[in-house]
Parts: sequence; structure tokens; C-alpha cells
Amino acid sequence: MKIVMVATATHISDSRRPLIQMEGVKVDFGRQHVLRDIDLTVSRGKTLAVIGESGCGKTVLLKTIIGLLRPTRGSVRFDGRNLAELSERELTGQRIRFGFLFQQAALFDSMTIAQNIGFSLRQHTNKGANEIRNVVLARLAEVGLPENILGKKPAELSGGMRKRVGLARALALEPEIMLYDEPTTGLDPIMSDVINELILSTRRQHPVTSIVVTHDMRTARKVADRVVMLYPLPRLRADEPQIIYDGPSDRIEQAADNRVSQFVRGEARERLMEMRQLNGR
Amino acid sequence: METNPTSEIRDPRSAFGGPLGAAVDWIADFGGVLIDWLIGLGNIATFSLRTFGWLLVRLPRKETILPNFYQIGVLSLPVVALTGTFIGMVLVVQSYVQFRNMHLEAKLGAVINMSLVRELGPVLAATMLAGRVGSAMAAELGTMRVTEQIDALVTMGANPIHYLVVPRFLGCLMLIPALTIMADFMGVAGAFFYAVYLLGIDSHHYLENSRHFVGNFDLFVGVFKSLFFGAAIAIIACYRGFNCDPGAEGVGRAATTAFVYSFVMILLLDLLLGIALDGIYYALWPEAPKLF
Repeated sequence: MKIVMVATATHISDSRRPLIQMEGVKVDFGRQHVLRDIDLTVSRGKTLAVIGESGCGKTVLLKTIIGLLRPTRGSVRFDGRNLAELSERELTGQRIRFGFLFQQAALFDSMTIAQNIGFSLRQHTNKGANEIRNVVLARLAEVGLPENILGKKPAELSGGMRKRVGLARALALEPEIMLYDEPTTGLDPIMSDVINELILSTRRQHPVTSIVVTHDMRTARKVADRVVMLYPLPRLRADEPQIIYDGPSDRIEQAADNRVSQFVRGEARERLMEMRQLNGR
Repeated sequence: METNPTSEIRDPRSAFGGPLGAAVDWIADFGGVLIDWLIGLGNIATFSLRTFGWLLVRLPRKETILPNFYQIGVLSLPVVALTGTFIGMVLVVQSYVQFRNMHLEAKLGAVINMSLVRELGPVLAATMLAGRVGSAMAAELGTMRVTEQIDALVTMGANPIHYLVVPRFLGCLMLIPALTIMADFMGVAGAFFYAVYLLGIDSHHYLENSRHFVGNFDLFVGVFKSLFFGAAIAIIACYRGFNCDPGAEGVGRAATTAFVYSFVMILLLDLLLGIALDGIYYALWPEAPKLF
């Protein structure tokens, strides 16, 4: 099953080429099978939401796309280049074209907020301290945070602020593609919507392609052009695809598959019975 | 009693019954443990080689190295000095009566200072480093692993071995000789103070015997061994942190195992290097007195 999105952004020479192509990707952790036969194509400039219940492999999918995990089988191509064929140096060169917002923000505890946001600028550019500070301030303003937090450590911030700092850090190098791992998890409805708005404004301000992994349907509906739903592997028959829905985000309510509509409505009764059956109770 | 159908599925290893089956099971289990151990050994060897590789390719920036040096060297100094002093004094307390019974108390300085400089100084400094710094490094890196900070480093194009391991490795390698010399010095001073001022041993003979028996090679042996201890502590602690199991329990276990493995490795290296350096000593000075 392929998800092909029409290209719009043209900041790379060959704008017709899909930015990400996954073909037959399978990821196993020892005897545990997490992803199977994933075929996914993401073109430039659009936002894709990957939804699915906890443990279905959404985060693993995201980490496979950026090369943090290597697929057991299949290939992941970023801008036409197979990540498995790249040297460590080349892979690093590709990775800095990504921005990654982690589920718990993953800010560096030992650094201040200013050092966190400026980290990639210090690593990969020749900018001086003043230039870096200007970029840091610009990113901080973009995510709506005050300047007086720059000297603080991540532990001194609330969850929502940490997420926004994480977003500012991910945007520091102006990435071509943003990966969001559960951006609204653990936040109140208002702060969740602030994050959704930031995802939208990021897309407006930078010509960025985005993949948002979430189980929050509000986020998926609001920010995504297209939605992919993954289903956990244990229930599946050997020939059943793991992606059980792909299509526009505003049509997901009309999905023919009962499992999709149950997920969208947040109804767990049948799923609970199925889980009990699987566990032999 | 009814039998659960799943219990009918037997491990193929147990196809043999009785003592033969038990022996097959034992061999299979032993093989499994051996394979896991070999995989672990291979992984830590690869981890070490990658660390050494980065040392040759590019050193970390000053602002990454200095905080680690401060943490490893400066903050460890008081505890190493204090324990070194006490060890020197304790050696005098434990040896004095036996030496006095043989009327050899003036020789006490030679024995104690030799033990301190060759063995106890380096081992004590390394043990304190493993306990104070090694466990903390494993816990810190383990927490970074669990909270995805190491993944974040990779996504931002930084190599975690270069950024996190190399500064800690350099800190342990370069500062443990200083800590060892501090432990030696404080141990020697503590022993001298207790022997001369509290037990009344003649200071001239105490020092003269020490000077006669303890040479530069003994000091070199202690400092040389400490380099290996420092490298082992850093590699083991960082490896345990990087391969930390999830959750608070995983981080705790990483810190504990980092200390235990480091301590065992310190003692093993101490034995092997002691034998090797003795061999070198007698090759250089064949006329030196031998035990056998």
C-alpha cells in the first residue's frame, strides 16, 4: 500500500522526486516483529499524520525514517538515497536536513535552554556567539516563549514549555522535513492546540514536509493533509497489511474498515474483547 | 488435575528424558550463556575501538572536555586524598605490632610505602574513581538513553561516542595518574604521621629505609597501571550507560554493574600488569633480589 502525496515545495532541485520512500520495510527486535511490509511515499511540502494505538510501531516507523533504527528488511530512501548504503558521515549529512521533536522533548538536561536550541548551530555552522544568540531568540519567539528562560535548565520548565523548546531546537537549522513524535501527549487541551498551531505555523513559515505521529485525532485532523493508520502486528494474518488506512484526513470518518472507525470514535469495547481473547481469558 | 494444553508443548531440548535430557539442557543453557557473553565482549570491543577511533580523528571541543575534567579530577581529589591518608594510617596500625615483635619497626616505612606506591595508591584511586565517577557516568548516560537524549544527539548530527564518551574517556585516562599520585602522597604522609608522631618510630630510620627500598620504578609501576584502570573505568561505565535497560530500574542497574564490573576489571588488570611489570623489572635489572 502506498501513500503518494503531491509535491508542492520546490526548494530542492528535483522537486518531483518523493522526499521519503519506504519499500517493504520490516523491523524486528529479536523475536518481536514491530513493522512489516511498510510501503510509504511522502512527497515534499505536505503533512502526513501516522495514527494508531499505543505499541503499533509509530515511533519505530519515525526512527526508521531518520536512520536511528535499521530495517530488518526493505529500504528507506531519503531524497532518492538509500540510507542503508550511506556511510556514517553521509548519514549525518542527511540527518541535519531533519528536525525531530521527541515525545518528551529529549532536551539535554545538562545544558541551558539557550545551549539546547543553539546546539546544532554550534555543531554544524561557523556562526559566532552573537549570530547564534540571534537565531536562538528568533526561534524562541516563533514558539511563543519569553527570553528570560534562556538561562534556565530543562527541568525548570513545564511539559508544554519543554515541547516548545524542543520544537525551537528542531527548527534551529531550518530543516526540510520535520518529524513529530506524539507532539501533544501529556498536555492539556489548550497546550495541545498550541502545539497544533505551531505545527501549522511552522509549515507556513518554512517550506517544510512534516510527519506527525500521534494517537490524538484532533491533531491528525487539524494538521495533516493525509492520514495513515497502522495496526499492531499480533492480530494480523500473515497476508494482511499493517497499514489499514491511507487517505485524506477529512475522510477518515468514512473509512470502510471497522477498526479505523472504532479508533476515530475512541470506542474500545470490541478491541478490549479482542485483546482478552488474544491473551486467552 | 487438568493439564493446560500449552504445557504439552515441550522444549525440543528436553526430547531426551532422564539424566541425558538434564545434561543436554545444561549444555544448551551453558552454550546460551557463553554466546551471550561473547556477544557482550564483541560489543564492548567495538565500543572501545570506536572510542579510540574518535581519539585519532577529532578531539571534542574545549567546552565539552573541561566540565568532564572538573567532574572527574577536581571533585574526586578530596575523597581520594582522604581515603589515601586513612589507608596509610591503617597500614601502620595493622603492621606495627608484628614489626615491633621482630624489632623491625624502623623498616615499617619501606614496606608500607612500597605497598602504597605500587598497589594500594593506584587501586584505591581507581576504586574511588569507579565508585564516584564511573557509577555517576553510567547513570547519567543511562538516563540520557532512557529519555531519548542520545537519540536526539544523533538526529542533530552529533556522534554520541565523540560527544559523550571521548571527553569522559580522556578525563579518566589523563586525570587518574594525578589522583594516584595524590593517593600515594597522602598515604605516605598519613603513615609517616602515625608512625613517627603517634607510635614514636624514629623518623630518620623510617625515611632512610623508605628511600632505600622505594625507587622511581615503583612509582612508575603504580602510575602506569592507573592509566589502564582509568581507561577501563571510562569504557565500562559509558558502555553500561549506553546499553541501559529502560526505566528507573535499568538506570540503577547500569550504575551498579558499572561499579562492579569496573572493580573486577581493576583487580584483574592489577594482577596481569603486576606480573608483566615484574617481568620487565627483572629483565632490566637481573641482579635485583627475587622471591623465588
